[in-house]
Amino acid sequence: MKLAIASGKGGTGKSMVAANLAYALSRTEPVTLVDCDVEEPNLHLFFPAPATTTEVTVLVPVVDETTCQHCGLCGEFCQFGALTVLSSRVLFFPELCHSCGGCSLVCPNDAICEVPKRIGTTTISTPLPNLKLISGMLDTGNPHAVPIIRAAKKMAEGDPLVICDSAPGTSCPVVETLDGCDACILVTESTPFGLHDLRLAVDVAARLGVPIGIVINRSDGEDQATIEFCTEHDLEVMLIVPFDREIAAIQSRGDLLCRVRPEWQKAFTALFIKCSSLTGVEP
Amino acid sequence: MKLCFTAKGAILDSLSEDRFGRAPYFIIVESENGSFEAIQNPYADGAGGVGPKAAQVLIAHDVKALISGQVGGNAREILAAAGIAMYIYNAGGSVKEAFDQFTKNTLVRS
Repeated sequence: MKLAIASGKGGTGKSMVAANLAYALSRTEPVTLVDCDVEEPNLHLFFPAPATTTEVTVLVPVVDETTCQHCGLCGEFCQFGALTVLSSRVLFFPELCHSCGGCSLVCPNDAICEVPKRIGTTTISTPLPNLKLISGMLDTGNPHAVPIIRAAKKMAEGDPLVICDSAPGTSCPVVETLDGCDACILVTESTPFGLHDLRLAVDVAARLGVPIGIVINRSDGEDQATIEFCTEHDLEVMLIVPFDREIAAIQSRGDLLCRVRPEWQKAFTALFIKCSSLTGVEP
Repeated sequence: MKLCFTAKGAILDSLSEDRFGRAPYFIIVESENGSFEAIQNPYADGAGGVGPKAAQVLIAHDVKALISGQVGGNAREILAAAGIAMYIYNAGGSVKEAFDQFTKNTLVRS
């Protein structure tokens, strides 16, 4: 079973939910936690442990200027503007390249070969006996998060229970994280912004065909608008975490709610059982 | 010599556009006789890489100088390599006014 934790708005508590869910479940079964927020991964802060690092590379084109006839076909083909063909040379902008490989396919002179280029890393560790943590990390300045997320998720392939912590928003990294998941938990908060962005996230998950459960975090008790939205869209609010100074303090020092206040383990286990019922997959 | 002005519309009276890659129109003026051609920029609403794609349009039309408000780094590198001169016009007037200033040689090269 593969579960994604996502949200529309940033800072609603995705990592809090992911970390506590993984911790609570790992008390009784093996869990793989994948940090797919590769631009700012943070789950390792809750689970410090020695980790093994692997480089992630993508293929980018290299043009052999002696073979190239400067016909311009590769530049016309590239939808991202990564290649521009001048009369006597080809300009390449690696940060625009999406590594589709099309340029080398359309070249009639076999003047383009593809070489690997590093864009980030994945790390793997075992912070608890039953918990495997995989974190993707994009190199600073690199714009393409998706290949790192793909690599991180691939490392968890075949594991019985995988929890993927997504980046916020609704763009490509979120789509890549949700892709192939059996269900997702969308974490929102008791603010108009939280609800606004939740609507967008629900739309994305629904289009991807991923069943949705809702968690309201930092609830001030006035969640009527969010609850009404969920009722309208037939979405279950599976857990409400109150706006509470002690919870904030636990989280801020990098600790886990479920570890400091073990009574919460039951709430997160119940959240998982509710999510499992969405999928039809045996938990 | 062909000059390219970035514009909000398709005629010489159209307001100039400060952005290069996302300009709605490229007005290409023949400096010898003042005749012009308007090209709708197909990349104006593109997701990314619009600067280089727009620069390719200028190269394909054999433009020798670009008059625009600002040109991004990637497009600048391509235009420079292609030998296309870049001049700044960001006074907010029409293409005609920008053209007048260019012919009076009052525009700054960027």
